[in-house]
Amino acid sequence: MSSHGSRALAHQFEDLDQQREVSSLGMWLFLVTEILFFGGLFLVYSIYRGWYPEAFAASSHELIVWAGTLNTVVLITSSLTVVLAVHAAQTGHRRALIALLLATIALGCVFLGVKAYEYRTEYLEHHVPGMGFQFEPEYFLHAQIFFSLYFIMTALHALHMIIGLGIMSVMVWMSWRGDITPEYYNPIEVSGLYWHFVDIVWIFLFPLLYLIGRHVH
Amino acid sequence: MPAHHYLNDGYGIKSWLLTRDHKRIALLYLAGVTFFFFVGGAFAVLIRLELATPAGDLVSDETYNKLFTMHGVMMVFFFLIPAIPAVLGNFLVPIMIGAKDLAFPKLNLASWYIYMVGGMFTLYALISGGVDTGWTFYTPFSTVSSTTNVIPTALGIFVTGFSSILTGLNFIVTMHKMRAPGMTWFRMPLFLWSTYATSVINVLGTPVIAITIALIAVERIFHFGFFDPRFGGDPVLFQHLFWFYSHPAVYIMVLPAMGVVSELVAAGCRKEVFGYKFVAFASLAIAVLGFLVWGHHMFVAGESVYSALIFSILSFLVAIPSAVKVFNWTATMYRGSVSWETPMLYAYGFIGLFTIGGLTGLFLAAVGVDVHVTDTYFIIAHFHYIMVGGTIMGYLGGLHFWWPKISGRLYNESLAKLSAGIIFIGFNLTFFPQFVVGYLGMPRRYHAYPPDFQVLNVLSSAGASILGVGYLIPMIYLMWSLRYGRAAGSNPWGAVGLEWTTPSPPPTENFEQMPVVKWEPYDYPALKKVEHRLV
Amino acid sequence: MSTDAPHAHPSSSTRIYYVIFVVLLVCTYLTWQVAYFDLGRLNTIVALGIAGVKATLVVWFFMHARSSPRLIWLVAFGGLLWLAILLGLTSADYLTR
Repeated sequence: MSSHGSRALAHQFEDLDQQREVSSLGMWLFLVTEILFFGGLFLVYSIYRGWYPEAFAASSHELIVWAGTLNTVVLITSSLTVVLAVHAAQTGHRRALIALLLATIALGCVFLGVKAYEYRTEYLEHHVPGMGFQFEPEYFLHAQIFFSLYFIMTALHALHMIIGLGIMSVMVWMSWRGDITPEYYNPIEVSGLYWHFVDIVWIFLFPLLYLIGRHVH
Repeated sequence: MPAHHYLNDGYGIKSWLLTRDHKRIALLYLAGVTFFFFVGGAFAVLIRLELATPAGDLVSDETYNKLFTMHGVMMVFFFLIPAIPAVLGNFLVPIMIGAKDLAFPKLNLASWYIYMVGGMFTLYALISGGVDTGWTFYTPFSTVSSTTNVIPTALGIFVTGFSSILTGLNFIVTMHKMRAPGMTWFRMPLFLWSTYATSVINVLGTPVIAITIALIAVERIFHFGFFDPRFGGDPVLFQHLFWFYSHPAVYIMVLPAMGVVSELVAAGCRKEVFGYKFVAFASLAIAVLGFLVWGHHMFVAGESVYSALIFSILSFLVAIPSAVKVFNWTATMYRGSVSWETPMLYAYGFIGLFTIGGLTGLFLAAVGVDVHVTDTYFIIAHFHYIMVGGTIMGYLGGLHFWWPKISGRLYNESLAKLSAGIIFIGFNLTFFPQFVVGYLGMPRRYHAYPPDFQVLNVLSSAGASILGVGYLIPMIYLMWSLRYGRAAGSNPWGAVGLEWTTPSPPPTENFEQMPVVKWEPYDYPALKKVEHRLV
Repeated sequence: MSTDAPHAHPSSSTRIYYVIFVVLLVCTYLTWQVAYFDLGRLNTIVALGIAGVKATLVVWFFMHARSSPRLIWLVAFGGLLWLAILLGLTSADYLTR
């Protein structure tokens, strides 16, 4: 075992294997809490979509589909770079690891940039509830519920993205310092799990928010 | 007393505030929950003072609304939910499985800080004007009409929720991955099964209250209208989201106490718990079924009749595993060598009072009865029988049982027995009249009532003052014992369990030599034969 | 020490990740295009179905669920089951009002 390995072993564990299993289980459990956390919002969404299907369709129509689709592609690509990064860590390819982590961060920044552009556009189009909201009179009230959900769900998702970027930056730093070895790569693996989860949330947000009633006109 | 143990392993405030030792963190939590308990208790005192007379003459109705809200918020979120898991669980889980610490010690410390920050936030909200929505925060009053400090309170609860989530996560991982060699699942003490079940609820349920309470804050700030009928929102949706967590929350409160009772009954009767596997699986069943019954809080709120029917049936079902436990504890006592030491007194008190509380829960599961007694004092009596007669008795019993292990000292047994008696009498005098007055129609959350109800209310208030005295006395003799109590020795009760094989107080790493487990739980016959368990 | 399944060995080839990546992109394209056809109630079902397939692929291959111990499967499944309980049992109210 390398000297890095024994230094990385926390005192309450017997060996690195136990430590790795523990950190993996811990992250999966945390992701379950995140499923339930976002789940509450998905519940609110599903109830109101069931109650106001036309208003939801009309509102969804106003979202920028190309931006949502692009962001989906961006996140899926970032999941690829993340899983390749984990592989690089497992096989000891430090430079590839750092490059892939940086690519992930870059893609994350692209996502947030596109999101910012969307938010700005939606603000200018008066689609932000509580800030001079305007909509066709027929759906005025219920469109606000859609847009409220849109902003809360995507903002919460974006917040998780930002946290993810922070985590990945720490991973870059750890990799740069040489703390990550084929025996001790759990931080990368576990950060990857978190990142994939954020991707999965978006995989569901995309069709539910952007693609309702697209076939109309 | 051993020369080196976790309490003298480092002095000074930094060694406590930056500790990663689960035992010290347990004591940090003990300080926190005790503080918040007395804050919540102070509100209870004011409530009972007001209710001693029929007229609303002590405080205004707005103030009274704040009193019962703050009593509920403090007690539920900052005492009942954390107390047993964070104090007894933190201390015992690693020791009971033969580990050096939890899986994530730093996260454990962070959980405590999160808890305290949330608590202080909420305390600030309470002091700087209070909240009047009821601890249930029903919309649209909480989101639209209430003019009180809803947002800071919501924020405080939101933050503290993460403490529960992280502690639960820590316990689950620890129990799966860090058991000592030979400590199989079915050799674990039942306290751990209960703690595990509680942790599962914490992990699955708390995130939902987190998002719900965040939505309250968002609604108040941005006026989005999710729960506001004027915008096409549904207030009942809030209640679904709220109770999805808050019903399982009551199992977070009672399951650990049940776990304690299993330990107390086994030790107090010097006998293995009857039907160990049934009790273990009952804990899991309570955790699972507990998530399927939340609609019984909403029978009159506007949920559909069919949905009420489903929730009613499921609510009857959830009583079954609890009943299994009560039967098994009783069967354990049968032909056991029953002792009357203080922890056992609390255990027996729990069994009786929890049974009453639980049975009245069955009445409430029946929609027809619930429609009549909902929002009356019957409900209040029901849940206080479980939370105070159940959880708090379990907590005190556990605190007394493991006090010698935690502190290395014995407390004054006579005073302890006296307090247990005072608490039992005070409790029943406080809450039994509430069943009657509630059934007769006195609504909850009202500070004025028809004069016909005064006698029962006076009895209740008198009981509350006795109960208050009963809670204060242990504070005194437990603190006193820290300095002047006799040294406890590693196993003052002659009980079976890994925690009793290590010195009192334990060393920082819990064991002088990491144990290898070769015996079944509660193996009292073997204990008589063998002196030293560690090879 | 636990005696769960042995830890994941790094796959000697990363080819599978690229394959899954392409499948995910194809699914994204599909879900986007299908939205422009009027399939009535099916639109939602197809959209959620494709999203479910994508999520499963990410969990199984990218999150290494396929080489993870059974306990991890239980945890992931438990989370989904609980989400289903939240959505399902609440819907039982709304669908029968």
